Amino acid sequence: MALSEADVDHVARLARLEITPEERARYRDQLNAILDHAAGIAGLDVKDVPPTAHILPLNNVWRADEPKAGLTRDEALSNAPDRARGQFRVPKIIE
Amino acid sequence: MELHELTLTQAAGRLASGESSSVELTKAALKRIESAEPKVRAFVTVDAEGALKAAEAADARRKNGEKTPLLGLPLAVKDNISTKGLRTTCSSKMLEPYVPPFDATVVTKLREAGAVILGKTNLDEFAMGSSTENSAFGPTHNPWALDRVPGGSSGGSAAAAAAGFGYGALGSDTGGSIRQPASLCGVVGLKPTYGRVSRYGLVAFASSLDQIGPLTRTVADAAVLSGVIDGHDAMDSTSVPRPVPAYGADLKRGVKGLKIGLPKEYFVDGMDPEVSTAVRAAVESYAKMGAEVREVSLPHTEHCLSVYYLLATAEASSNLARFDGVRFGFREPAESLVPQYMRTRAHGFGPEVKRRIMLGTYALSSGYYDAYYKRAQQVRTLIVRDFEAAFKEVDVIATPTAPTPAFRIGEKADDPMTMYLSDIFTISVNLAGVPALSLPCGFSSAGLPIGLQLIGRAFEEGALFAAGHAYEESHPWKDRRPAL
Repeated sequence: MALSEADVDHVARLARLEITPEERARYRDQLNAILDHAAGIAGLDVKDVPPTAHILPLNNVWRADEPKAGLTRDEALSNAPDRARGQFRVPKIIE
Repeated sequence: MELHELTLTQAAGRLASGESSSVELTKAALKRIESAEPKVRAFVTVDAEGALKAAEAADARRKNGEKTPLLGLPLAVKDNISTKGLRTTCSSKMLEPYVPPFDATVVTKLREAGAVILGKTNLDEFAMGSSTENSAFGPTHNPWALDRVPGGSSGGSAAAAAAGFGYGALGSDTGGSIRQPASLCGVVGLKPTYGRVSRYGLVAFASSLDQIGPLTRTVADAAVLSGVIDGHDAMDSTSVPRPVPAYGADLKRGVKGLKIGLPKEYFVDGMDPEVSTAVRAAVESYAKMGAEVREVSLPHTEHCLSVYYLLATAEASSNLARFDGVRFGFREPAESLVPQYMRTRAHGFGPEVKRRIMLGTYALSSGYYDAYYKRAQQVRTLIVRDFEAAFKEVDVIATPTAPTPAFRIGEKADDPMTMYLSDIFTISVNLAGVPALSLPCGFSSAGLPIGLQLIGRAFEEGALFAAGHAYEESHPWKDRRPAL
């Protein structure tokens, strides 16, 4: 299933990446080359093989629900590209 | 021998005996950086002022009778590990101005143990690459041959350890990013067991694979650093509550009766003949030291690269969604929010990072999830089982770390598939979650270092230190230093 330039556009939208026409063509070729290589796993019999998400036998790791000091508001905002009134500022999203 | 040429263990000895102060060792490291860093470019940020302050504090602590394991020793930290108040860029334009408001747990542990942090080392952007050429701030050069890559992604940490910019460094390893640069720079690198070291404060690339580990001049030094950074941390739900063994005792265990396996799938035609010869000679010397060597099989080896590039990119596409220009880092302003996200990410990320985000997004997208992501996770299970079966027969698996010595800067930069192949011997270890050590096992005829990889059972780093130390003590490689 070779990727078309339209597929590349769709994926770029999902990934929130603006791409140039030149990148569109380059990613199509490079992703197809990588996916061709990955096609090798399509031939393996994996019926009844459970997926491994990670190798530890850990599920739902909880710690005691005790309040602790976190970052202060100023620390949390210290790297913000734009801030106003103690909050992150972004362009208007609702007209 | 000059102060910057010592091993970490030797430097610790001088501090303990009072022959040197931390200020002296730190000044020696900074002087070495001043003279050789313009050629090597191992660092994104050098913090001379902070380092000297920490050195003075360490000398004062020693005067008060403290004896913590790293007290006064100058070290470097990869620039994807958060350091409070010290810029942490991931070698990306996206995080160029980012100053973390907190320390990673490993950095807290280094500071508590008395380490002096010299600065932050260069990497392939967001740890994605095998040559450190993908850094937004320019490539790092291999101290053994300045026209060659140091490997990657922890290329700056490996080059720093090799060049004498401190007595070791921390790196991170998702598919070989500690071991492959260690191999190419002639130093020791350990990828610990998944869950052994807290990743709190490591900027996430692929969460089911990433581990932090040491790069040092000797196996004994790696054991010292591991003793400090290993252990459970409530801030990382994937860190495992197991006690950390006394690795110093493991160093003396020797290799008599140790069963070493050679996976037949890793010794194939087409490997660089000098690499093959050096690794086989190392295995031969293990046999002479009383180890039992036999062939083993890891039958799904040929699928590791595919599985890795589907899973690691899928996880990366999710982890890197946080770089949206809202809370930290680079922003390219636009009239509304979605175009702002898209432009910020288009111009904040470099080409390799974008390529991997694209591939991972595709592998997770509706209609392709089962064929790619889920199937890769199932094949990962087969790879895990391969290692489980092999470790029923042997204690340690030996392979080359990288298929070739260091390649030239620019040589593979235009072909992602060829570049990915330089991790062919290291990625299976991350997929299986087991620990692996790379240590120098010789030099090519061109004078380039060659690395041996020793893979162990989960949480048996001690066996790797034992085997690695027995080898390094009986060979001259650890005493060689690059002429810079």
